[in-house]
Amino acid sequence: MDTHATPLLQMTDVRKRYNIGMPNEAEVLRGVSFSLQPGEFVALIGPSGSGKSTLLNVIGLLEPLTAGSYRLQGTEVAGLDDAALTLRRRSALGFVFQFHHLLPAFTALENVTLPALMRDGAVSPARRAQALAMLQAVGLEAAAAKRPGELSGGMQQRVAIARALVLQPPLVLADEPTGNLDRASSDEVFKLMRHMHAELNTAFLIVTHDPRLAARCDRVIALVDGLVERDQPQTPVPGHMAADNAPVTNPTSAS
Amino acid sequence: MMAGWLGFERRVALRFLREGRMQSLLIIVGVAAGVAVVAYISALISGLQTNTLDKTLGAQAHVTLSPLDEVVAVSPAAPGSTALQQIQPRAQRPRAIANWSALVPLLEALPGVAAVSPMVAGAGLAQRGEASKSIALVGVELERYDRIVHLRRKVVAGSARLGPGEGILGRELATDLGVRVGDRISLITSGNAGNVTDALRITALVDLGVRELNRRTVIVLLRAAQSLVGLPGGATNLDLALDDVWLAPQIAADLARRWPYKVESWQDTNAALVSALNAQSVSTSLIRAVVLVVVVLGIASVLVVSVVQKRREIGILRAMGCTRGQVQRIFLLQGAIVGALGSALGVLLAVALIWAFTTFVKGSDGPPLFQITLAPMLALRIAAIATVCGVLAAVAPARRAAALDPAQAIRI
Repeated sequence: MDTHATPLLQMTDVRKRYNIGMPNEAEVLRGVSFSLQPGEFVALIGPSGSGKSTLLNVIGLLEPLTAGSYRLQGTEVAGLDDAALTLRRRSALGFVFQFHHLLPAFTALENVTLPALMRDGAVSPARRAQALAMLQAVGLEAAAAKRPGELSGGMQQRVAIARALVLQPPLVLADEPTGNLDRASSDEVFKLMRHMHAELNTAFLIVTHDPRLAARCDRVIALVDGLVERDQPQTPVPGHMAADNAPVTNPTSAS
Repeated sequence: MMAGWLGFERRVALRFLREGRMQSLLIIVGVAAGVAVVAYISALISGLQTNTLDKTLGAQAHVTLSPLDEVVAVSPAAPGSTALQQIQPRAQRPRAIANWSALVPLLEALPGVAAVSPMVAGAGLAQRGEASKSIALVGVELERYDRIVHLRRKVVAGSARLGPGEGILGRELATDLGVRVGDRISLITSGNAGNVTDALRITALVDLGVRELNRRTVIVLLRAAQSLVGLPGGATNLDLALDDVWLAPQIAADLARRWPYKVESWQDTNAALVSALNAQSVSTSLIRAVVLVVVVLGIASVLVVSVVQKRREIGILRAMGCTRGQVQRIFLLQGAIVGALGSALGVLLAVALIWAFTTFVKGSDGPPLFQITLAPMLALRIAAIATVCGVLAAVAPARRAAALDPAQAIRI
């Protein structure tokens, strides 16, 4: 990883206030500064109400910041209009959510081809093959024609990961990606993210409550009361690395 | 890119509609019912109006020129004095249009005028044996007159032919007199020099579409009528047929401005009918408008509900990089699809309704009351309007969907 390259993202004194000018005005982010290099695998932790989700939304260009500077791939995004933010989101970011990860009306494969369809207006055979390969990589090629409702929670989350990665964005944002899964599925999904990270060198920023998972990331940013309290690299817990980076071998395992 | 035009929006819109299958089906059936009602009413009213107009205009000219009524000249009162006068209106004797034969080519050359036919109209009696009936005598040149009222199409017996001493009778008059084609009757009219009697051989019986006309009409050669009425070489009026019957009032007014004749359009002589037709048209438009509003509200309400139901999906799509415009188009397309499918179904339904009407609703004498058909252009127009209405109905829901805050939508 070339740490001297332009940071993937750089936040400087980012603030986010809600209900500005009203009695219930609240400052949720109170001057967050940190940067992320391409290909990092980072956990974002913190107690409830610390501003993790808000920070993720700001990083994900889903919410504008109130003050400060946010450069994504070297470009300042504060002040960009909705259309510009949307296109940037499309090209630079992948999302994995805790709930409601997939569009229920589309099959697993269609969910994975959606980003290409959205961008190009059609799914070329090459894009389709790429989506199938991605489903294969997450161990779900057999479930390609199934609707999300027919898949377990863990399988749905793996499809969501495939969808987030299919256009190979430089950064994937995951909001409690395992928060809704049992322990076995949770491990499976996390392992998959580590594996895809190793394969594609995509940067991951994972919001998690689970200290076990945070311990398996390369860097942990702890947010408390809207401020970065701790930001330090760490050596992932020994014994997990090898297993985490191993290919997913059991496609049918699920929660 | 292949199939690139709205490929994404189309796919998502169709999926969303398919996902809410019951909802989509109900609203499509609703739109179909609305479109069917509009198409059926339009076809019915236009059939009814065409039929009524055909019947009315089939037996009369679109515009008629006749000499101005004779009035009594009132002598002005001497200056400074007041005169009390009581004026007895003059009896209107049959009079000829001055210089009518020079007028015919002028009228024929006017734009919008399809045919001109001179006529001598008078009153008289038809007699056969003991039977004697009062008649309306019509003297015409058959070729010209045919172009005004399509007399040949109205022949129910014999063949339309007018030679000297020949005449065509209304069907009921023939029945009243007990005559058939080939029989002879006597005509008595009052000319300038007293009563004139003439014998007539019947060449054809016609049905003019109005019983009262059938009971009175006797059609003879112009020349014969001239001598029967006592107007040698004259014509009491000029009948005009127009290319567009609805332009009759304008053309009549124009003619009245140009020449000193009494000019009447068919609307003048059928004021009650015209106002009835107008009332009908207004009612039809009102029904159409109300139905379209209901259709728009129906589609809009279903889509508003759909936006609420699909908040999460919209949020996910927005997070994935779906633009506001794309979200809007997804919902506009849903409106268009519902409108188009409903229209197609509605037109089929209207065709079925019209078939049922023409098959099962019959007049007392067998054939349908009148013909109604759904003109393809009308069907297309209604379908297009309904589809546009679908899109319009989707505007508000689409804007609402596009305005959803993705961060909030995902959190739900």
